[in-house]
Amino acid sequence: MRAENYGIVKGASGMFTKEETLELFTKMCAIRYFEEEVKKSYDAGLMYMPVYLSLGQEAIAAALSVALKNKKPSIFAQHRAHGTYIAFGGDLKKLVDELLHRETGCAGGMGGSASIHSPEIRMMGHDGLMGTQVPIGVGYSFAKNYKSQNKDYSLIIMGDASAEEDYVLGALGYAAHKKLPIIFVCEDNNLSILTEVKVRRNWKMTDVAKSFGMQSAELADDPWSIMYNVKRVMQSLPAFLNIHTTRAVWHAGTGQDAPPEWDRFSLIKEEIERIGFVQEVKEIEEKTKEEMQKLWEMQLAVK
Amino acid sequence: MAELSRDVIRRISEKHLKENNGLLLGQCLTAVGWVGHTIPELTENDGLVELSMADVAGGGIAVGAALAGRRPIYVVRYQGFQWFNATMVLNYAAKSKEMWNIPCPLFIRSIAMDSSGRKGRAIGPVAANSHHGIYHRMPGVLIAAPMTPKEYQEVWDYFLAHNDPLYCSEHRRGWELDYEIEDILLPEADITLFPTSSTRLNVLDALESLTKAGIKCNVINVLWIKPFSLNNKDEKISIALKNSKYGGILIDGDHINGVAKNIAYDLMHQHYKNDSRKIYALALDERTGGFSPHLDNLPPTPKKIYDKVKEIVGVK
Repeated sequence: MRAENYGIVKGASGMFTKEETLELFTKMCAIRYFEEEVKKSYDAGLMYMPVYLSLGQEAIAAALSVALKNKKPSIFAQHRAHGTYIAFGGDLKKLVDELLHRETGCAGGMGGSASIHSPEIRMMGHDGLMGTQVPIGVGYSFAKNYKSQNKDYSLIIMGDASAEEDYVLGALGYAAHKKLPIIFVCEDNNLSILTEVKVRRNWKMTDVAKSFGMQSAELADDPWSIMYNVKRVMQSLPAFLNIHTTRAVWHAGTGQDAPPEWDRFSLIKEEIERIGFVQEVKEIEEKTKEEMQKLWEMQLAVK
Repeated sequence: MAELSRDVIRRISEKHLKENNGLLLGQCLTAVGWVGHTIPELTENDGLVELSMADVAGGGIAVGAALAGRRPIYVVRYQGFQWFNATMVLNYAAKSKEMWNIPCPLFIRSIAMDSSGRKGRAIGPVAANSHHGIYHRMPGVLIAAPMTPKEYQEVWDYFLAHNDPLYCSEHRRGWELDYEIEDILLPEADITLFPTSSTRLNVLDALESLTKAGIKCNVINVLWIKPFSLNNKDEKISIALKNSKYGGILIDGDHINGVAKNIAYDLMHQHYKNDSRKIYALALDERTGGFSPHLDNLPPTPKKIYDKVKEIVGVK
């Protein structure tokens, strides 16, 4: 059942340090305000391709990046990956340039919004077919860990629709069979474009993962609860997290049909303020917003 | 005793696993005959990895292993399975270098097993014949159809020296060869034949009848289907087609509306641009095959090749 507090861990925000919480919020602001600038440029007609914005879904990537900071995982994401790229430290100028069709873009102008990559943060490109990153990521993890003394972690992110792809299920099964050090994350915004999960299936991804013998959890996109669950499952991978989130704008583009079911960004701000970091929240948000505006102004001015 | 092609494949694979830090992935590799004894009898500990029966996922897993730098050999026991296996090879591995400047080299051993005109069980509508046409339309992937021991070695060496995905369109009849197949270039010919894969053996059989009928044929064996230029036979082809009274025929073991017509088209434009002669295409018929011998749809048999040449040359 979808709800803003589904599956969240009571008191989770108190389980993390001030630094972790503020880092998480900083990343959420970076994603939000970067995406707002993308929206402005897109609406101004500067982009000639579909854009897939992470607005509304910022918390997941931000939380994962803080929780997995020391693991430096390889990252296999899907078409809606700006947030992941930003949270894990991808070069922002290169992302701007990619969205503006430039050769200096992170994918040389070839990838557009859907097929970004960043070798610097071990983020692999996506080929545009939903869910292919899952078997490819599984194969990558297998090869990297084959007879290796050290674990090479992978983070494989998918949407709720691509989770249903037959080859995704086959890949999950193989990852479980080989006990690969992978965290699978489903960013479940409940929509395949506009078709809800309940129309498409009556089964849960977490149950499928459990049937493969994987640890799994289903929860809303409360970032502290995400970080708690990541830490919990790390000892016994692979694991599957199905994280309910809300998309603030259309599947592709910048339009909006109705307000999202919940606004996680505002909820997080309230919680951080509640635990006593009111001034820090204000400063971080203002500073990050200004940084993103300046970044875009600077890149747009480049001929 | 001369090495058979299957011995070369097995030797190459074993060396790749033991010395190159490579991987070999596929389904049912070890259970029945080790894929016609082309797979070395090794274990996962050596790098021989059994995949699950999830075909589409398996192709993606092989691509992931390539992305991780392991240069995997990906064995697909029937070319017809490529409808499932090819997805991520073609949409990721073949594009990776151009999109992200990240090579994704994997060696796809894809095996055709139609009886190809010989006496044997018919295969009918399922899985058996060459399917290199699926790969041919995509940029970024190489295609070769080696039949002889030296050809397998050449194709493998090329793969190791470059960083592109390579579709190795094999045919089981090739595994049994321990000899090389030479081109035939006559000073004056009626026609030039360009056979690929197992049709090369059928052409050799057809030549006997054609010679008896007084028809002179050049034969240019096609090893590299894509890019065709890797055959390094431009001059030879030019001479052959110049001296062929009635043009040429591209003979292929896949369906006609694919590799056969594509290469025939290219050859014709390159060599017969202002010429009334043509390059024809001969391959599987444009229909589904059936299991009964009279319904099957096989690569051009020696008789079919003979009949086609006679038709073109105009001999009754």
